[in-house]
Amino acid sequence: MSIQVRNLHKNFGQFTALNNVSLDFPTGELVALLGPSGCGKTTLLRIIAGLENPDAGSVHFHGEDATNVHVRERNVGFVFQHYALFRHMTVFDNVAFGLTVRPKETRPDNQSIKKRVHELLELVQLDWLADRYPHQLSGGQRQRIALARALAVEPKVLLLDEPFGALDAKVRKDLRRWLRRLHDELHITSIFVTHDQEEAMEVADKIVVLNKGNIEQIGSPDDIYNNPASPFVYDFIGQVNLFHSRVDNGWAHIGDYKLPAPEHNTVIDQAAIAYVRPHDIELSESSSEGAIAARIAHVSTAGSVLRIELLHQLSNEALHVELPRAQERSLNLSIGAHVYAKPTSSKIFLQK
Amino acid sequence: MAGAISALNKRKTGAAHAATNESTWVRVTLISVALTFLALFLFLPLVIVFTEAFAKGAQVYFAAITEPAAAHAIKLTLIAAGIAVPCNVIFGLAAAWAIAKFDFRGKQFVITLIDLPFAVSPVIAGLIYMLLFGRQGFFGTWLGDHDIQIMFAVPGIVLATVFITFPFVARELIPLMQEQGKEQEEAAITLGASGWKMFWRVTLPSVKWALLYGMILCNARAMGEFGAVSVVSGKIREQTNTLPLHIEILYNEYQFAAAFAVASLLALLALFTLVLKSLLEWKAAREHELAVRAASAQ
Repeated sequence: MSIQVRNLHKNFGQFTALNNVSLDFPTGELVALLGPSGCGKTTLLRIIAGLENPDAGSVHFHGEDATNVHVRERNVGFVFQHYALFRHMTVFDNVAFGLTVRPKETRPDNQSIKKRVHELLELVQLDWLADRYPHQLSGGQRQRIALARALAVEPKVLLLDEPFGALDAKVRKDLRRWLRRLHDELHITSIFVTHDQEEAMEVADKIVVLNKGNIEQIGSPDDIYNNPASPFVYDFIGQVNLFHSRVDNGWAHIGDYKLPAPEHNTVIDQAAIAYVRPHDIELSESSSEGAIAARIAHVSTAGSVLRIELLHQLSNEALHVELPRAQERSLNLSIGAHVYAKPTSSKIFLQK
Repeated sequence: MAGAISALNKRKTGAAHAATNESTWVRVTLISVALTFLALFLFLPLVIVFTEAFAKGAQVYFAAITEPAAAHAIKLTLIAAGIAVPCNVIFGLAAAWAIAKFDFRGKQFVITLIDLPFAVSPVIAGLIYMLLFGRQGFFGTWLGDHDIQIMFAVPGIVLATVFITFPFVARELIPLMQEQGKEQEEAAITLGASGWKMFWRVTLPSVKWALLYGMILCNARAMGEFGAVSVVSGKIREQTNTLPLHIEILYNEYQFAAAFAVASLLALLALFTLVLKSLLEWKAAREHELAVRAASAQ
């Protein structure tokens, strides 16, 4: 089922959570709502679920206005950050809940409920936990049970509010891959909220970046990473080096250094911000055209890439560089060593 | 190396003990003061109640608690508590629900208002009802015209009891429900549960221990209430006497053994309440501990 939201507004007192947000969620896609805390992503999700009412605007399910449809008639599966499992019920009863609360006429008989619950528990690979209580499970297991419970009512839409937010790093990684595979199996329209850009990149078909109640960019993970539409998106997705510059005739001038800015070649003397990603910088021990003279301030070799901080003349901020570990041997990376850093790619945003 | 560390740890814990513990004589003094106080003011009276009750033998004791006036007082007390407790369970659940799950203006005021019966003297509570429903009271003429008797009758006793025991259930539930938040309820309605089913299957089970605890305290107070009931009852024997009032009358008539015999019933109720209360506290603490342990195990 597809979902459209149109011109949504939501204020909490003085705080604007959503400011005229319109979005389309096509059938069968897994979409991430990404943004820092307070950007309105959870509010948007809760409005789609019907747990919150918008001040203005509408929500459409499959083209039909659902703005005033009650949560329990919307047929959405909602997964909470802190699982919200029913503490006093076993795993089995938790998953069966959505079926057993149906009115008598539409409630399946006990045998079918039992069958369905075991199918779902097998789907989340936790069939052996049916008789346990939530407090006997680990965080990752609880979230999978919460997902099984949400799927039990055969929702048309699956909404997940920071589903992995309360889990530790290792479990989080496993679980998001698992969610991606599950989605590929079920093809249910899904929206999940996250503040973790890596998580959004890895799991989603499409990412919506939100900031202060506004949509900054909508696109595929590739799109968002490689063609960020605004300084905010560039800054939010991954680490960046930032330079204040002035753009003039296709060049961004940073002191007496310049970066190419061909997309702005008609601009004459305007303030701009230049961004360079840490992995878009090459280091060498000899000077070359377009290289910045720098000294090594810090090297971190813990991890799959080398993280190097450089001191340089262009600003007071250290320049962050990421290199493949293979270069460890070919460069002199001792503290204080002189190197030349050459940006191979950069992005320049004019300031208004 | 490992030995050195464990030696260091031992020294550290030893030092921590010395730093936080008082010297022996301070501890002994404090404990003995507390124990003496308990013995003098709580335990001794309890013992005296039972010894006095049986002072003239078991026969007198059983006669005192089975004579018609006593039997009627027991019945009336049970009626008053039997109405007050369910009333305040319903009210307490509604109030705690409203306060914990919704945001509205004047919430703090409502919370303060719930505490009012704790703050005012029970005698004043009784007098307020007298001013409202008495013959010369605010509704007095209207009630008289319609031949409805509230003061010096069972309705007045029930009203006063409900007022006095008003806060017990609500005060137990509010902090718990606030702590639990509304995620479980939200989960229930997204799964299609009606409001009623959500309440019975999700909300009520998650507060059941606190609710029972509140009910027990509410019941103990309802059965033992003296001041407010004394004002509104009129103390008509075999009509408007509750157990505490009956005890007072017996005592004033110098029937000490009978007075203490009936008093021992209330004392037994108190002991029973304490045992139940400890049981519930233990049970609730255990569940809480399990929940916390599970949360930290993630």
